Amino acid sequence: MSGNDSINGNKVGQMRPEDIVVEVNNVWKIFGKDPQQVLNSDIKSSSKEEILEKTGCVLAMKDISFKVNRGEVFVIMGLSGSGKSTLIRCILRLIEPTTGSILIHGKDICQFKRRQLDYLRTHTTAMVFQHFGLFPHRTVIDNVAYGLQIRGMSRKKRHARAEEVIKKVGLKGWEKYYPGSLSGGMQQRVGIARALATDPEILLLDEPFGGLDPLIRRQMQDELFDIQAEFKKTILFVTHDLHGATRLGNRIALMRNGEIIQIGTPQELITEPKDEYVRRFVQDAILAKVLTASSIMSQPGVTLYEWHKPDQALQMLAAKEADHAFVVDRSGKFLGLLNAQNLSEQRRGQSVIGAMEKITNTCTPESSVESLFPLAAASKHPIPVVDEDGKLLEQVETSAIFNSMIRRTEEEKGAGVS
Amino acid sequence: MLEFPSFINIPLAEWVDAGMRWLLTNFSAFFDTVGEGILGVLLNIENFLLWLPWPAVLLIIGLLGWWTMRRWWAGLLMAGMMLIIGSFGYWDLSMMTLAIIIASVILSLVLGIPLGIAMAQNKFIESVIRPVLDAMQTMPSFVYLIPALMFFGLGKVPAVFATIIYAMPPVIRLTNVGIRQVPESVIEAAKAFGANSRRILFDVQLPLSMPSIMVGINQTTMMALAMVVIASMIGAKGLGLEVLLAINRIEVGRGFEAGLSIVLMAIIIDRITSSMAAQQQNKLKSMVGS
Ligand SMILES: Nc1ncnc2c1ncn2[C@@H]1O[C@H](COP(=O)(O)OP(=O)(O)OP(=O)(O)O)[C@@H](O)[C@H]1O
Ligand SMILES: [Mg+2]
Repeated sequence: MSGNDSINGNKVGQMRPEDIVVEVNNVWKIFGKDPQQVLNSDIKSSSKEEILEKTGCVLAMKDISFKVNRGEVFVIMGLSGSGKSTLIRCILRLIEPTTGSILIHGKDICQFKRRQLDYLRTHTTAMVFQHFGLFPHRTVIDNVAYGLQIRGMSRKKRHARAEEVIKKVGLKGWEKYYPGSLSGGMQQRVGIARALATDPEILLLDEPFGGLDPLIRRQMQDELFDIQAEFKKTILFVTHDLHGATRLGNRIALMRNGEIIQIGTPQELITEPKDEYVRRFVQDAILAKVLTASSIMSQPGVTLYEWHKPDQALQMLAAKEADHAFVVDRSGKFLGLLNAQNLSEQRRGQSVIGAMEKITNTCTPESSVESLFPLAAASKHPIPVVDEDGKLLEQVETSAIFNSMIRRTEEEKGAGVS
Repeated sequence: MLEFPSFINIPLAEWVDAGMRWLLTNFSAFFDTVGEGILGVLLNIENFLLWLPWPAVLLIIGLLGWWTMRRWWAGLLMAGMMLIIGSFGYWDLSMMTLAIIIASVILSLVLGIPLGIAMAQNKFIESVIRPVLDAMQTMPSFVYLIPALMFFGLGKVPAVFATIIYAMPPVIRLTNVGIRQVPESVIEAAKAFGANSRRILFDVQLPLSMPSIMVGINQTTMMALAMVVIASMIGAKGLGLEVLLAINRIEVGRGFEAGLSIVLMAIIIDRITSSMAAQQQNKLKSMVGS
């Protein structure tokens, strides 16, 4: 096994092999009578419809490859029937891939014996199903505790743990009910609780928030977000909800007819869609929520240190024909904004500090463009972009904010401005 | 007239006889053990039923009726029917019949439920057993007496053996059906949490197919009861033999009493077991929510 690992490590290149939790390599899934025959003939490169027409086989996954890193939220999106559920099932071998390899922690689970597979499913992974898959003859608490029961935990312990998780998903008081007496949304939450109860390292979620109303969906997303942030879980997440995906996902894989069309960050998908399908798919995304300051920021015009004399400062501003400058201290920490007009009125001062306007409205590169709107409205100068330590990095100009929105509208009209 | 040519002659009877002889000579030890096993089960049950004082039996039947049908008067009715059987002077004979039924049903379930499970889980086993079950259903019940006689001679053991063979198909079939109708999504969920096939069977498949299995048990019990009269032809004592004797001697009154006793017994057993099945069904329905 160790020999294998090093080979994989070399292939991966820049990523450290131990950081890759799930690796899917050239996986195909063909449903039907004779999948191998389809695979061995040239027809496999034609479209899903054509394959169905000529062979009667359904091409559900076509040459799928990707890697998911530790602690990453990997979102899988695509229209109905594009193969999302099939893909996520294959990762647990609930569906056997027709060909290809699936590595979890560097081990090819397609070679696993039943025992090893059961161990993996009990101790490493947990899944939420699109159609819940609850046990109708077990109470809510026994549903939630099932994974722990398989692990052999005592009844008392697993019920205590299950109660905790049930509370988290907002179903306290429903422990003794059967799933049949719960609404669809509540059943979905039982499914989520069942997956969380085992505290798995890898979570496979197939539309976990599908049947939930917006309010609870938001709540569940927050919960998932917290869990992910706190315990650095690796999450594979199928969803139809683009906003949720952009909120939670590090990367999104967009599928169509069994193929992955594009993998990228939400921003990449929106700003650089690979084709018309991707563009149409993401066009619903509220751009301002997805775009971050980092994609529209630019170099600040003039940056001054706090020890600059007003005279020097005026010269520098004049040289660049600027009407304002950012002021930083000697470590590069952002202090405030200097207006050319104020400066000329106080040119006899000791340093630029006297004429400086203190500004608290800064943003970070990760701030969404949406959060910049009020800042832009409050000031007629650019918004400074700082890092966590308050050091000035770049700036966002008001015009850049509007441009990012306008460019998109024009693209939609077909103006073709890039 | 054109006679059927004698040269077209399949000596099936000889082949079957030869096969039977071969079985008997080579497996007589096996049949002896099986026979002893059956006899052991039967005698224990019979002795216990005959040892029970009659009021205790009435009480048990009454309580069972009350508990399964959830009405006190239903229990009273069941006990009343048993009392009528006793009043005909058939108490001991009815207990013997009951013992044969109970022994046959227990053995049918012990064999039939695992067979049904195996059938549901393995296509090959199903493809072998299904035609056999179909054939058994169309075969007249008398036919089962012949191999029973050959293997075990006259007496109680062949009666129970023939009853088992005759009564087992429904429970096999309904166990199979019950397990197959368990939704794939639920099994998949159990798998996803690492349940192996044994756990899936006991945690998911059996509990969810319980209503179907209970219907199978009810039908098997009724089939066993129907076989009682026929089984008495090969020497099983009990109500069946009474009917047979009455028919032979053309004693209409006696035959009527014995026949009525069998009918009453059938009603008692059917009501109790089918109510149990219905209970299971309702229980599951209330969980699943319709
Ligand atoms: N057991 C099966 N037998 C045959 N075809 C199947 C089977 N399961 C899935 N498919 C086919 O595979 C394709 C992908 O299905 P899949 O369920 O993965 O889609 P999906 O992306 O999850 O869709 P949705 O968003 O509706 O859940 C579909 O064309 C479907 O018909
Ligand atoms: Mg799906």
